[in-house]
Amino acid sequence: MSELYTEYHPRWLRTRVSTYWWLQRRSYLTFIARELSSVFVAWFVVYLLRLIRAVAQGPLAYQQFLESSAQPAVLLLNLLTLFFVVFHATTWFNLAPQAIVARFRGQRLHGSLIAASNYAAWVVTSAIVAWLVLGA
Amino acid sequence: MADRIALQVARYRPEQDSEVTFQDYEVPCQKEWVVLDGLNYIKDHVDGTLSYRWSCRMGICGSCGMTVNGEPKLTCATFLTDYGAGPVRIEPLRNFPIIRDLVVEIGDFLRKLTRVKPWIVRQEEKPLADGEYLQTPQELDEYKQFSMCINCMLCYAACPIYGLDPKFIGPAAIALAQRYNLDSRDEGARERRAVLSEHEGIWGCTFVGECTKVCPKNVDPAGAIQRYKLSAAIETLQSFFLPWGGR
Repeated sequence: MSELYTEYHPRWLRTRVSTYWWLQRRSYLTFIARELSSVFVAWFVVYLLRLIRAVAQGPLAYQQFLESSAQPAVLLLNLLTLFFVVFHATTWFNLAPQAIVARFRGQRLHGSLIAASNYAAWVVTSAIVAWLVLGA
Repeated sequence: MADRIALQVARYRPEQDSEVTFQDYEVPCQKEWVVLDGLNYIKDHVDGTLSYRWSCRMGICGSCGMTVNGEPKLTCATFLTDYGAGPVRIEPLRNFPIIRDLVVEIGDFLRKLTRVKPWIVRQEEKPLADGEYLQTPQELDEYKQFSMCINCMLCYAACPIYGLDPKFIGPAAIALAQRYNLDSRDEGARERRAVLSEHEGIWGCTFVGECTKVCPKNVDPAGAIQRYKLSAAIETLQSFFLPWGGR
């Protein structure tokens, strides 16, 4: 059977994937939400870079940045961003055990330990950042 | 428990149909009957024209994969009683061309499978007199999970990426490539990398993860793909920063 014959076989029925395939299963929807969350992660990075630039430029620029951040639209966007960044991070950490194989004394570590170590690193990093921002 | 259960079976007869239609049947619902038993009952007693694939009846041959109430399932391992009073909707595996009724065309998968060389590749075979290639239990453990794949293609039916881009090499072929890459006796990783590193190889996967969820043998193809991505990325970095060694 030639390749061409296989590809254009007239009698085989080929069904097209629906444009709304991602609504057919909850897991597909979660996947699409995870992919979309990247946009909010990108906005978060841009926002952070703008904050750093404002701090570097001096008190006036920083004050202007705080005022622009207090606008309701920006607040709403940042609240939405917080939700999606947390969603992105948790789905990432939950998937990490499937990608990483770690061993301790020759024994393969259970996936939950890999996820737990990711979460622990997240908590410690957040605590350090909180200490720097609030405590220093 | 009801005595009988309704089955809605997808029919496609290429000589007369231009799309899938559904035909209703009623079959006995016995405690130990699986969906495949229901189909066999139809074939033997009700309608001999129904076409579907099956062979071993015990989850080994991977022939009887179908879509049962929207989920990719091995029909020999899916009990009718789990669907209460029914009806149970039985369709062909998604993402494959339909040849007739519940029979799909699997040539695309078989061609892709061959491309990743799912066999032990040796650069040089050692003489028979030197005996077997020995492995420790740890070395066996490295790939054993992936060796459980029975080529049932449920993972392809569950993968929206394969549905949208049929060029994607797909979950089972990559998992089986990893099965041999991780085998201590194998020396073919470099040859497989050429296929796996293509755009339609591992990088086509966006980690939906459904392949792993539907796998009846707990192979975890999604894990195999992500592990390969990680090792491919590390190898690329090593070849960039340590061009004289590090492989």
